Amino acid sequence: MVVTPFNFTCEGESTPDHLIVTELFDLVREFEERESEALLHPTETLKSNNSYTAKLEQLKTIGRELAMGSQGGFGQSKEFLDLVKSIGEARSKSEEDRIVLHEIEMLKRRINEPDIPKRKMKEYIIRLVYIEMLGHDASFGYIHAVKMTHDDSLLLKRTGYLAVTLFLNEDHDLIILIVNTIQKDLKSDNYLVVCAALNAVCKLINEETIPAVIQQVVELLGHPKEGVRKKAVMALHSFYHRSPSSVNHLISHFRKKLCDNDPGVMGATLCPLYDLIIIDVNLYKDLVVSFVNILKQVAERRLPKSYDYHQTPAPFIQIKLLKTLAILGSGDKKSSEQMYTVIGDIMRKSDTTSNIGNAILYECICCISSIQPSPKLLETAADSIAKFLKSESHNLKYMGIDALGRLIRISPDIAEQHQLAVIDCLEDPDDTLKRKTFELLYKMTKSSNVEVIVDRMIDYMISINDSHYKTETASRCVELAEQFAPTNHWFIQTMNKVFQHAGDLVNPKVGHNLMRLIAEGFGEDDESADSQLRSSAVESYLKIVDEPKLPSAFLQVICWVLGEYGTADGKYSATYISGKLCDVAEAHSSDDIVKAYAVTALMKVYSFEKAAGRKFSLLPECQTLLEEMCASHSSDLQQRAYEFQAILDLDANAMDNIMPLDASCEDIEIDKNLSFLDSYVHKSLEEGAEPYIPENQRSGTLTVTNLGHHNPYDHPTHSLRFEAYEVPKPVVPPPTTFPTDLIPVSLPEPTYHHQPVQPTRSSAPVPEPPTSTELRLRLDGVQKKWGKPAYSSSSATSSSSTSNFDSGKTAVNGPTTQPDVRPRETKHVEVSEEKQKLAASLFGGTTSSTSRSEKKQQPVAASKRPATTAPPPPPPDLLDLGSETTGSTYSSVVDPFKQLESLLDMSQDGTTNGHNQNLVLNEKDGFNPANGSPNPGTKTATLTKGPSLKDALDKDALVRQMGVNPTSQNPNLFSDLMS
Amino acid sequence: MIHFVLLISRQGKVRLTKWYSPYSQKERSKVIRELSGMILTRGPKLCNFVEWRGFKVVYKRYASLYFCMCIDQEDNELEVLEIIHHFVEILDRYFGSVCELDLIFNFHKAYYILDEILIAGELQESSKKTVARLVAAQDSLVEAVKEETYSMSHILAQATK
Repeated sequence: MVVTPFNFTCEGESTPDHLIVTELFDLVREFEERESEALLHPTETLKSNNSYTAKLEQLKTIGRELAMGSQGGFGQSKEFLDLVKSIGEARSKSEEDRIVLHEIEMLKRRINEPDIPKRKMKEYIIRLVYIEMLGHDASFGYIHAVKMTHDDSLLLKRTGYLAVTLFLNEDHDLIILIVNTIQKDLKSDNYLVVCAALNAVCKLINEETIPAVIQQVVELLGHPKEGVRKKAVMALHSFYHRSPSSVNHLISHFRKKLCDNDPGVMGATLCPLYDLIIIDVNLYKDLVVSFVNILKQVAERRLPKSYDYHQTPAPFIQIKLLKTLAILGSGDKKSSEQMYTVIGDIMRKSDTTSNIGNAILYECICCISSIQPSPKLLETAADSIAKFLKSESHNLKYMGIDALGRLIRISPDIAEQHQLAVIDCLEDPDDTLKRKTFELLYKMTKSSNVEVIVDRMIDYMISINDSHYKTETASRCVELAEQFAPTNHWFIQTMNKVFQHAGDLVNPKVGHNLMRLIAEGFGEDDESADSQLRSSAVESYLKIVDEPKLPSAFLQVICWVLGEYGTADGKYSATYISGKLCDVAEAHSSDDIVKAYAVTALMKVYSFEKAAGRKFSLLPECQTLLEEMCASHSSDLQQRAYEFQAILDLDANAMDNIMPLDASCEDIEIDKNLSFLDSYVHKSLEEGAEPYIPENQRSGTLTVTNLGHHNPYDHPTHSLRFEAYEVPKPVVPPPTTFPTDLIPVSLPEPTYHHQPVQPTRSSAPVPEPPTSTELRLRLDGVQKKWGKPAYSSSSATSSSSTSNFDSGKTAVNGPTTQPDVRPRETKHVEVSEEKQKLAASLFGGTTSSTSRSEKKQQPVAASKRPATTAPPPPPPDLLDLGSETTGSTYSSVVDPFKQLESLLDMSQDGTTNGHNQNLVLNEKDGFNPANGSPNPGTKTATLTKGPSLKDALDKDALVRQMGVNPTSQNPNLFSDLMS
Repeated sequence: MIHFVLLISRQGKVRLTKWYSPYSQKERSKVIRELSGMILTRGPKLCNFVEWRGFKVVYKRYASLYFCMCIDQEDNELEVLEIIHHFVEILDRYFGSVCELDLIFNFHKAYYILDEILIAGELQESSKKTVARLVAAQDSLVEAVKEETYSMSHILAQATK
């Protein structure tokens, strides 16, 4: 629509400044109505947009902007308006960048001119803020913003403070220049100056400068203006964040401010108190009564009307109080009981139609789930959750799922009544909701539903691209699988899937854990179970190994397992295994680590064969590979290849010493004193070499550690050394020997651990000459150049690979995956059936079955895990379907076809199928007592392993959060070169 | 705690940024790019929350402008949604039916208002009246200069009647 501002400008002839009219005229054309659309009442504006009046309304707005801008109220000139306008018009990011760069050039020039009028300078500063806001660097002008804070006029000072708080982070060097001004301003008579200074204090004062202002800020707690008191409280809160010890002595002040007349100050005080209470709950138990009283008064609308928000009395204060109470009441019956009434009241009163009402309700649920449980409140909370989940709003569903996850810890059966709603959320197109639901599932995983949940999680993990979340999901899958795995077979399959799709994202530790798990087995005593685990691992790896685009970490595991156990059960010939290993090395010729793993695995296969007295000659491709590696640019590969060639000539007996079969778990004894070097040392000393002086006794290296030792109260970072430096003594170079920590005595890479004798034999322990120490040091610097090329993650996953490598999937997962396999011609009824099945497998279903509890124990026994692993018998009111899920897993081992049949049967007749399962399982049951009894220690073994793995995962997650790349350089690449 | 506040237009243009946690200029650009890619593409009926790098980002669209706040895992999303609304209501009251243009040209005023609502990443004042009073008190200092300004917009207003 064409605007006709012409009439309007004619009418407004009286406008004195012609320039503004043109400007206005331009702007109307430039800015479409979208930008002058009212934010809060968009529909209204839209409705009247067609009319002339709306246009005029718009013009008025723009006129207002212009008038404020160009007439100097805020010192903006036409130039600045032009800048904003041209940025607004910019069609592309690059165009915008060009404009901003031009602006920066100009400002750089102008801002350093002498005698700039203050008003002009203020505008420059605002333009700097604008540049910085758009993501460009305006650091050249920071100093001018700092200068402006020194100005006497509040107007300029305020701009200065605004700019520095936006520009500077707490560790910026310029802050030291502002501290003085802040100190002066905190003393000002004008409370607005004090407010401006306090705003800056919150952002800029860092740990070092806190002592300079803290006293003044504390004094301001008693300032007559409530705005100042409030900001002073918040400033102390920000001090607390920077350095908790700085405000420890001020706790009584916070307590006093809780009783401030002004609700704003009281509300602000809740922030520091909340943080302090988190640190030590017990110091503040006496405040429970006060908090409850305040909350009661707030809920009863005793606060001034101005604190109402959408007819709800001071909701933000209520929420903060509820959060505080949740911490105070956690695990404390007495305190919790004091809260029950007020929480109940608030829940009853809350307005479920408004967003803020629901926010309070949600906070109440969080509080209820945190404090000592009260049955009545739990019931109310469950009702509220039901309302959330049934709501149409995605936000409320999300909150409902979150709340459910909190409540489920206290009353686990509450999830059951919401199972369909949960599954709806799981299948919702909204990713946020889906993730939240996965988090809920993660929280409610137990041994009866672990398979369904982990399978779902893996499927989802495959589908997402967000590497942060992918890593998290992968770690969760690993954690759940390690904790609840029903069978070894399933565990291996699951780990394979995780590795295949997120191998480069999970911590390398997970791979090492998996190798260790396969090596050590689940049971300490039960050799047959362990070897079964290994053979199933080998079998599954042989199936996958030809897939393209496997992550490096996974290939390493595969190579290691194939080398160690590939020929162990005699099912596969050494020729076959070594052929596969050669293929791996060939297919991943750019990945040195994988090649190294592969060649070591080949070496193992070969020596196992030879040690066992079997005749075995190297494959021709293996020969080629070796020759190629001998000439490799990677010294690590060369080393391995030469070692292999050296081994080829040895006899069977030596072979058995170098490569003992399945000895990966045996400890290697390390001679830390390096006694084998003694004779060499003696010889050198006799020849006149200087004796070794331990590092800490050397005079030349007397450093901070020693200094710190002398003056323990000295902070080396903050203090200067006043005493003179010692006269340098001649430095005694480490002559024949060298500091122990430089010698690669133990080779941290797992591959080596498993071949204890190998390093000593194949690469004879020639004592390193001193020069090699230096060589090593120098090499460390260039490691990056030769190191492992960064592996570009290939998260692109082919669906075929999934189905291929997991051929047992249909059988294993039973009813869960079955709906996916089935053609989608089914209608709405069918869908709900699918969901019900999923629900049953997740939650244990709704209808009851008496036979359930007896059947429940069987899978555990079938998996050859001792009775201790059995989960507590589930409540009897669980659906048949649930038992089939678990049951079918184990029967699938017996006969996959029968399993498939029964799956198809199931949709028609669940009960008969149930009997089938029963039969199969009973058959299986027959074997169990014999197998099950000898390994009572299994569970404890897994359990002891559990926490450390979990820790590792936690750490992993933390590391990822910090943004550290887990695919680190192979630390051993160069250690070999030295030996 | 609120880690940062972002105002992004539907076209992905930045209208206002306020960082309560330290981020370098480079990180800031990256954050904005990542989040605008994530948020601007979301459908209208979905949740107002997105999970991002272990944090949660709560956003709400007003006309063509997205208000986003990044919070910790344990914070109450619905509450933050209302903090956003609280901010918008105060802006609305201050500018008189606020629109994106108001914020484009007066971003520094929006900063002053935000500073009265949030401080160090926490809500400091939940009473609209108090915020309005404080901002007005600060503005009164420039009232004198504003006088002529007023006459100008007065004339404009007269003309359009």
